[in-house]
Amino acid sequence: MTYVKQSDFGTPEADGAPVRLTIDGQQVTVPAGTTVMRAAAEIGTAIPKLCATDSLKQFGSCRLCLVEVDGVRGTPASCTTPVAEGMIVHTQSERLAKLRRGVMELYISDHPLDCLTCSANGDCELQEQAGAVGLREVRYGYEGENHLVQAKDGSNPYFDFDPTKCIVCSRCVRACDEVQGTFALTIEGSGFASKVSAGTERDDFLSSECVSCGACVQACPTATLQEKAVAEIGTPDRAVITTCAYCGVGCTFRAEMRGEQLVRMVPWKDGKANHGHSCVKGRFAWGYAQHKDRILKPMIRASIDQPWREVEWDEALAYAASELKRIQAKYGQRSLGGITSSRCTNEETFLVQKLVRAGFGNNNVDTCARVCHSPTGYGLKTTFGTSAGTQDFDSVAKADVILIIGANPTDGHPVFASRMKQRLRQGAKLIVVDPRRIDLVRTPHIEAAHHLPLRPGTNVAVLTAMAHVIVTEGLANEAFIRERCDWDEYSDWAAFVSDPKRSPEATEALTNVPAADLRAAARLYATGGNGAIYYGLGVTEHSQGSSTVMAIANLAMATGNIGREGVGVNPLRGQNNVQGACDMGSFPHELSGYRHISDTETRTLFERDWGVTLDPEPGLRIPNMLDAAVDGVFKAIYIQGEDILQSDPNTQHVAAGLAAMECVIVHDLFLNETANYAHIFLPGSTFLEKTGTFTNAERRIQLVRRVMSPLNGLEDWEVTQALANALDLGWHYTHASEIMDEIARLTPSFAGVSFARIEALGSMQWPANDKAPDGTPVMHIGGFARGKGKFVVTDYVPTDEKTGPRYPLLLTTGRILSHYNVGAQTRRTANTAWHPEDRLEMHPVDAEDRGLKDGDWTRLASRSGETTLRVLVTDRVAPGVVYTTFHHPATQANVVTSEYSDWATNCPEYKVTAVQVSPSNGPTDWQEDYEALSERSRRIVHAEAAE
Amino acid sequence: MNSLDKLIYMANQIARNLSPVADGANEAAVADHIAKFWDPHMKAMIFRHVEQGGEGLSPTSLGALRQLMDEGAPPPQTRATKFSSVDGAGRSDAG
Repeated sequence: MTYVKQSDFGTPEADGAPVRLTIDGQQVTVPAGTTVMRAAAEIGTAIPKLCATDSLKQFGSCRLCLVEVDGVRGTPASCTTPVAEGMIVHTQSERLAKLRRGVMELYISDHPLDCLTCSANGDCELQEQAGAVGLREVRYGYEGENHLVQAKDGSNPYFDFDPTKCIVCSRCVRACDEVQGTFALTIEGSGFASKVSAGTERDDFLSSECVSCGACVQACPTATLQEKAVAEIGTPDRAVITTCAYCGVGCTFRAEMRGEQLVRMVPWKDGKANHGHSCVKGRFAWGYAQHKDRILKPMIRASIDQPWREVEWDEALAYAASELKRIQAKYGQRSLGGITSSRCTNEETFLVQKLVRAGFGNNNVDTCARVCHSPTGYGLKTTFGTSAGTQDFDSVAKADVILIIGANPTDGHPVFASRMKQRLRQGAKLIVVDPRRIDLVRTPHIEAAHHLPLRPGTNVAVLTAMAHVIVTEGLANEAFIRERCDWDEYSDWAAFVSDPKRSPEATEALTNVPAADLRAAARLYATGGNGAIYYGLGVTEHSQGSSTVMAIANLAMATGNIGREGVGVNPLRGQNNVQGACDMGSFPHELSGYRHISDTETRTLFERDWGVTLDPEPGLRIPNMLDAAVDGVFKAIYIQGEDILQSDPNTQHVAAGLAAMECVIVHDLFLNETANYAHIFLPGSTFLEKTGTFTNAERRIQLVRRVMSPLNGLEDWEVTQALANALDLGWHYTHASEIMDEIARLTPSFAGVSFARIEALGSMQWPANDKAPDGTPVMHIGGFARGKGKFVVTDYVPTDEKTGPRYPLLLTTGRILSHYNVGAQTRRTANTAWHPEDRLEMHPVDAEDRGLKDGDWTRLASRSGETTLRVLVTDRVAPGVVYTTFHHPATQANVVTSEYSDWATNCPEYKVTAVQVSPSNGPTDWQEDYEALSERSRRIVHAEAAE
Repeated sequence: MNSLDKLIYMANQIARNLSPVADGANEAAVADHIAKFWDPHMKAMIFRHVEQGGEGLSPTSLGALRQLMDEGAPPPQTRATKFSSVDGAGRSDAG
């Protein structure tokens, strides 16, 4: 395989009417607005360039790309010259060659000549252009003033900045501005003194505003900004396109390899979700795959107080099968179950739910969507008839008003946030509904028109108050409602929200949102043009999560913001394959394609294909599994790629549930917190070591391609198959594509999906079937998928999690950019440089009341439990509200979260916990006991090496 | 809360949140929801509690459970409990 670099057309694509011109005697037709440089590149003519790259607007500084145009004086830069009808361009002439050589001479006169030992040798545009222009001498010599003695900045754990190699093309600065939107870099000084700077004189890359997205590294044409891995290993010799295993954006990357060693992950420019951009996690934080904590051999133990014993696969699987059979014989058909992973592939998830349904004979299967977006499913299904996000990511480019509620995209969905910021910098207006002042409220060149810092738990009251404004001020889109919705249902809903007790003024004391601000925000959303709502777990993880989703859908319908680009209701889904996990039938009440298990026809379809009889009754959700375990009737579980002890609420209850089971099988990469209570550990494989598909938040199915052999010996679907065969199920898949073929056979929305089709198209958005053979990008154009949109009256029901004298503060939780969820992957990478611990954000007034200073240890206590962490005093949170992340197990954040959950789906109410905070002098008893338990539980007796 | 207390709480919570549904349909909607989403163990536990008087259950949730016990699951009362058909191009249910 030959390593081929990604094409670079020099300047971005344009989309105007066709224009014909001639370049070097060749006729070419391109859209108006295209530059001469790009037009030439599209016919394979590479005009020399250094400051231009097609992810950035033209800059015109290097003067290398000069061309001659008939009838035009001088030698214009092709990157800043738009095409014109009938233009005749010459890209090469004696005059141009002389000018270009002159430019290169200047660059090289102030550049190190260590090409042979430089990390960019063979992958350097400066080197390439020196060759292209025929540079043979540098008449200036090398004795003049230069920049060859400057300190390298190696502070960033993933890339180096070597200013001696910098040609001040400004690509890095422009990438940080235009692509990422962080504006962390600048060119300091002018003329000969110009240099790239990451901030003030005291800043290096690590201490600066840089978020380590890698856009500058990707844009840099020299070795100035270079991945440390390339410097250590060498340049790659092949590239494999695959999909990121972190968040629901689903960025596609080129995994650039040397043999089976991953050198770097470079965003794929043709990736439909990310368009060539990335964040610190997908771009750089893949080292966990080779971390020393990785467990590579199966392990078993008879009880959780014993050390683990390494065994071979046969022994582990035979032991697991015998235990599962014993337990089922003793405690009954429904005494065991499984949890699928929202991080594993569609094919792997499908097999886990098949194992439970066809193997265990019940429907006790669930997935982590339970604890994140299950209210999205319930809520949007009720209102729209279908709950997929209504738009794709590109839709944000046409939004005029963006309303973000309960989401923090710059941290949780950074690559999508960068696109959103591009639109906001173009002039779209922003409304943020969040108890915390998230970064987007005020960030370079962006300021929210309105920030509504509501009291946690009052989402429905705030949204209903906004609806009140829209209806009573005559701002509803009656034409849309009459055409697309049920008018009687709308009338009932309008009467409900119009009640004065639901007005912004009447609810201000409850919500903490000033009435005038709320009115202004509602008016802006209703009348500001295309209004798009983006929301996250600050909406769903509440006791009225489903109701809040329906309230959001009501607003969108009432204002006609559905069914075209730039509008919609957009749930920002978290995990790389949580959409897929739900599609595959991971919920206890549904088979794949969202068909209820009680439906005889659907069940028959599966029974015929699988050769078994299926249980027609819904199974247990995760929280109910734990309750049933404590009751003594649920005794065994197979958990793939999920750490419920760290991620689920009320840790002590989760621990009690796991401890009550007789057989806990954990199938994962590392000994996670749940494994402390496990009896069998089956080592898993990472996304680099398997082939399959992930489905992102846009319903986009993308391929995951194996780039190295699994260190544990098996892809995860092979492990599940082996367990199934130990239970005598007789499965015989030989490749993941066969599993997808079965999914397509049994699931109408996937009928047209196959690995071959995805290869051919790049990706497919389901439904993909006879009606839509290439897939379905946007939903609800022209009408809702299932008849009329339904207005649902959502009455505000306060949570039962109340503050009081003992617990006067409200805790809410969230995420930070550099870590991912429970941190199992990111804590095992250099991302710990940015967030080595979880901190408790607290308002200065609350901190002072308690005698706390920034950095002090605090005791965080709730009715469920208590934990200790250090405080960060900040006015990002309002008085009365505290906030923390949950990326480190030592934090034990879920020890304090309550058992309250969404009424419809049991999605836990992580976002509202009544707490008290007080000074502390060390870890709590629970933390110390848990630390000791973890240490004991992680002892491993290694198998002796064969002689 | 022990398991039974949790089930009572959940049933009451469902009933309270489905209360804006039109009069007469509310109990059916609660019954429908429990039928579609609760597993047999949970249903058996709450049914036993109803048979023993149903202490702690709200009037709506008690009525809904009695309806479920006596008449079985009602037809879908909301779109949330109307699932894709066997050959329907199924729509997302969550994420």
